[in-house]
Amino acid sequence: MEAFVQYLFSGLTNGAIYAVIAIGFSMLYSATELINFAHGEFVMLGALGLVTLWGGLHLPLPAAFALTVAGAALVGFLFERTAIRTVKKPHPIVLVIITVGASIFLRGGAMMIWGKDAHSVPPFSGHPPIDVAGAKLLPQSIWILVIAVVLAVGLFYFYRRTLTGKAMQATAINKWGAWLSGIPSERMVLLAFVMSTGLGATAGVIIAPITMCSYDMGTMLGLKGFCAAMLGGIGSLWGALAGGFTLGIVEALAVGYVSSAAKDAVAFILLLLILYIKPSGLFGTADASRF
Amino acid sequence: MTPSLKKGVAYALACSAIAGIGLAATNPYHLQVMTFIGINSLLALGLNLLMGYAGQISLGHAAFYGIGAYTTAILTATYGLSPWLSLPMAVAAAALVAFLVGMPTLKLSGYYLGMGTLGFGMIAFIVFREWDGVTGGASGFVGIPPLAVGPLNLSSGRNYFYLVWGVLLVAILVCRRIIDSRTGRALRAIHDSENAARAVGVGTMHLKLQVFVFSAAVAALAGFLYAHYVSFISPGTFDFLMSVRMVTMVVIGGMASIWGAILGASLLTLLPEWLHAFSDLEMVVYGLIMMGVMIVMPQGLTRGILDLYERARERHER
Amino acid sequence: MKERTAIHSHGVRTVLVLAVIMIFTGSALAEEVYKIGGIFSVTGRASFLGDPEKKSMEMMIESINAAGGIDGRQLEAVIYDTEGDPTKAVMAISKLINKDNVLAIVGPSTTPTTLAVMPFAEKAGTPLISCAAGNKITMPVNPWIFKTAQSDILAVRAIFEHMKTRGIQKIGILTVANAFGESGREQLEAQAGDFGITIVQADKFGGNDTDMTAQLTKIKGAGPDAVICWGTNPGPAVVSKNAQQLELGIPIYQSHGVASPKFIELAGESAEGTLLPTGKILVYGLLPDADPQKAVLTAYAENYTKAFNQPVSGFGGYAYDAVNILAKALKGTGGDKGKLRDNIEAIKDHVGVSGVFTFTPDEHNGLAADAFVMVQIQNGTWELVK
Repeated sequence: MEAFVQYLFSGLTNGAIYAVIAIGFSMLYSATELINFAHGEFVMLGALGLVTLWGGLHLPLPAAFALTVAGAALVGFLFERTAIRTVKKPHPIVLVIITVGASIFLRGGAMMIWGKDAHSVPPFSGHPPIDVAGAKLLPQSIWILVIAVVLAVGLFYFYRRTLTGKAMQATAINKWGAWLSGIPSERMVLLAFVMSTGLGATAGVIIAPITMCSYDMGTMLGLKGFCAAMLGGIGSLWGALAGGFTLGIVEALAVGYVSSAAKDAVAFILLLLILYIKPSGLFGTADASRF
Repeated sequence: MTPSLKKGVAYALACSAIAGIGLAATNPYHLQVMTFIGINSLLALGLNLLMGYAGQISLGHAAFYGIGAYTTAILTATYGLSPWLSLPMAVAAAALVAFLVGMPTLKLSGYYLGMGTLGFGMIAFIVFREWDGVTGGASGFVGIPPLAVGPLNLSSGRNYFYLVWGVLLVAILVCRRIIDSRTGRALRAIHDSENAARAVGVGTMHLKLQVFVFSAAVAALAGFLYAHYVSFISPGTFDFLMSVRMVTMVVIGGMASIWGAILGASLLTLLPEWLHAFSDLEMVVYGLIMMGVMIVMPQGLTRGILDLYERARERHER
Repeated sequence: MKERTAIHSHGVRTVLVLAVIMIFTGSALAEEVYKIGGIFSVTGRASFLGDPEKKSMEMMIESINAAGGIDGRQLEAVIYDTEGDPTKAVMAISKLINKDNVLAIVGPSTTPTTLAVMPFAEKAGTPLISCAAGNKITMPVNPWIFKTAQSDILAVRAIFEHMKTRGIQKIGILTVANAFGESGREQLEAQAGDFGITIVQADKFGGNDTDMTAQLTKIKGAGPDAVICWGTNPGPAVVSKNAQQLELGIPIYQSHGVASPKFIELAGESAEGTLLPTGKILVYGLLPDADPQKAVLTAYAENYTKAFNQPVSGFGGYAYDAVNILAKALKGTGGDKGKLRDNIEAIKDHVGVSGVFTFTPDEHNGLAADAFVMVQIQNGTWELVK
């Protein structure tokens, strides 16, 4: 029982991270039909940004958090403007390859700035682990869970209640239709890019204290986030959340009850099975775009 | 000149160019780079058929490359089989796995297909890494025997270069046959619109599966050539990043173009060699070049360079 | 007209493809210098090894040259980056041997890259001194391949001997899922019986995993007396933090893969009390003056810190030793690779950073068990344990 609860905690913590990353993938996809393979690198930028601003320059945590996310979103803005917008007659796969190029570029850049070694930062609050039925829960895990849920609910209201959110959804449903009804769809795409990369950086910021931050940490996290997004159904907010938590918990249980060597394999087998049974993910509705 | 004669001339040109390079290149290092370009071209060629012509993406093709390499490694080094007997078995193993995986996976489309193949690739990678009694695990598999025909040792630089490029040339011929055949036309129909193709009586699922299996077999062939050349394999060579690199070769070279596959493979093989001079800046420059090529030539290098040439000629004639 | 365009474009394509392929850079050779090749994972996952190795090699070559070189000839280092990729390593060694015409090669940094290049070095008859730890490199002995990194056999033995003195009998092991962790796990499993130790739970973690509490919970459930974690940064630092979170309450042993000040920085206070085997470089200041390595270690550590303004780790020492061994063996060979190889094999009692080397035709690592010392992290620094 104690062990099971501990696995659950581990799964929930990782799952919340995957979920935040997956939401970033999903929201960009619904606005642009693009999968950003550099998304994991924005997670890395978030984590390393916090290392510099909070750990290095000792800014107050909220300021460091906000500045890091804003900084990463600015990089996302520049990326969209210089590398995505400029492509004429883009084929989806061409844009994907550009994002692959961007991921290598960002990783290389981060290596120049932060060096090849890993860095660490202390947890947001210095409380001791909380004892729940013998299992230990880190306060940072609670931070992560709360922030993930707040982000998801916030986005939900953004889509439902604000004009910009509705306009963004309209663009996602039909770009030309939205354009005809006076929505500046290009600006919506840009906004989606900025928000998506900002979300990636947020994931990086909240994960930084529980793990080690290095220039190459983003690839695996990005991949897991992509899996979570597809598992839940790309383009769906709740799908991304569900996919993230499912993936995290399955991984932790796989370590506990199957084999730690095969934990990734177990997660991917589950993913394949779900896709075979429901080819559009758990919550996916529309067919994803073709190449 | 008739089209077939034209093609004949082009192939004769290619053959003599390969022979010429083989004779002219005296430095084993150059021959080795060319050999790797040949192996990578083979990978890109098979994947190009799947992506460029049938319009199906695979983010897990390195798995088939690995299956080819590991099958022949295990059969020859562990069980002492002749490489020439293990060759058909390596290719058949990859084809069989592709068939079994392709049946459910190819029902997916777009990014879901990408995800499905990616998941398969990851599972294959974990099997290579964790099945250490058989595959040598994470440290790799040592002692794969070199190739030989009777007394002729193929493992020397020049001979292997000829072997790889000979195989590549045959593979190009086979691909051309497929593309120009009824099957090829049906494939392009699937690429443009799967539903329309189905409506005019193309058995899309059947055809997609065939191409998937074929491209997996080509990748396994490349794996066979890699394993017997380097004589050492480790799981890292067949990971997710390799799958992405293969897709990049196809897209940068130009989809639906056989020469594009070779150009893309050449660029991605040579680029790191040229960028050594940048040392720590290498990754930044590499990423910039990749983005730059795609932004300037979204159709890929083949189309892009041809466009430049045409434009230059027009200006000249005016 | 249309026909001509088509021919043109077909021909153009062929020519273009070949043109791209045929562009190679050439370089002139200066015969007056001895060229030594270096193949390191300067970037990529194993850069924590490759980066200090490259720096140490450059530093050593510079100082040999400043002292007049070998037999009046200067040395020149040609270093390529493998990014930890075996295929790139194979390309690099071929370039070094065939294009740069090097006499000998230092590196690669990791076991898979070393295993990949070994046949090429052997075929070309070029001595290679690897900086990787894997046992497969020098067992069985390949006449052209040597290595300076302490092998896992010695590291495991050092840990188990220490455990024996503490009366530890049941252990849980947690290894990273790559070549380094695999080699460690094999040795742990192979030697446990000799020391009367049983492994009650064996688990793995991914090199970039963010959380290892699940693995540690499983190990905790098996009730071991101690945990051995075998990996390289940053994974073991996460393990250390997670173990503190779970209040494991049993001794934690790490491998020599984390033997750098970086580990203490990353793991913070959770590293307190951690035990690990390391080459003597980490504690050179604490060694008795009678220790034969003390002078070499002090010189290396001080020069390295001065040149690069970075704390020294044991990893760069692998390359430092390799260059020194090569320099010693190069004397009087006149640049003959066969003689160089024979000279390396004949080296006796060479005092290096990683230990005292004595090569023989059957022993190409050349280190004795005393290459390792056990240290414990106390108050954020290393302390020797007896």
